[in-house]
Amino acid sequence: MMSDADLPFDLPAYARSLGIEFHEWIDGAPVLRVDYGTNIEGRPGHFHGGATAGLLENAGYAALRAQLLADGRTAQLKPVNITVQYLTGAKSKPAFARGRIARLGRRNANLSVEAWQDDPARPVASAVMNILMATD
Amino acid sequence: MSQPPPQFDAAKAGKYFFRGGHTGWLGLHYCDHGDNWVELELPWRKDLIGDPDRAVLASGPIISLMDMASGMAIWQTKGVFVPIATLDLRVDYQRPARERSAVRGRVECYRTTRSAAFVRGIAHDGDADDPVAHIAGVFMTIAYDPRSATGGSNDE
Repeated sequence: MMSDADLPFDLPAYARSLGIEFHEWIDGAPVLRVDYGTNIEGRPGHFHGGATAGLLENAGYAALRAQLLADGRTAQLKPVNITVQYLTGAKSKPAFARGRIARLGRRNANLSVEAWQDDPARPVASAVMNILMATD
Repeated sequence: MSQPPPQFDAAKAGKYFFRGGHTGWLGLHYCDHGDNWVELELPWRKDLIGDPDRAVLASGPIISLMDMASGMAIWQTKGVFVPIATLDLRVDYQRPARERSAVRGRVECYRTTRSAAFVRGIAHDGDADDPVAHIAGVFMTIAYDPRSATGGSNDE
């Protein structure tokens, strides 16, 4: 188990720049966290929808990277699409996100990702993503 | 609500929208608009890279760009600034942006109802006929609370 371990890979420059960090492992999937700040803010006191989407997307990629590493696979990941559902306004406090792999094929992965603030059972946003895994 | 809200103008709004917050941090700026569309630009920046192997803007900031252009297209179409919330935003990536390239987002609001607004658009890196991404989204207007004389939001 990697429950105490840090992420076995670096988050992208964009994620680090926005303030996204690894938080913990839950059932083998990394939970990412971002703290609220002026670089996150949309309408006053709330996350910008783009910042929420950035957290969701990075959690999706992190879940897939972790699984590919565990499987001993290497692939260049390319986004196919993402659909973000905004469920309620994310407020001025930390947000967390975790991706679940719904289907891991040879060339394509389908993921669902949820973001929450106080209670993982009450998500503030969710996303569905398709990611292409290119090998060359 | 004693005075009618001022006419929304994307060119003027762009001057103060991007001074701070998330979109100010990204450095978004206004490019152009029409009756029902707005085009914004996300400048190239090294610390917004998504893939360590390629000098290409991450997809996250492109979603922020398209979300903001969507909101401004809705206000331009309605003619007024009203609080709105993104319900659903879909991005289909056609190809990576060119290395070290800024990305522009052009979004049109093709339909508004009393409480919803529908948008579609493209992100491109110079040639609008060869988009980096297509987007589609639905936004809700946040209703004014009738119990509040000043019209507070009740989006919760």
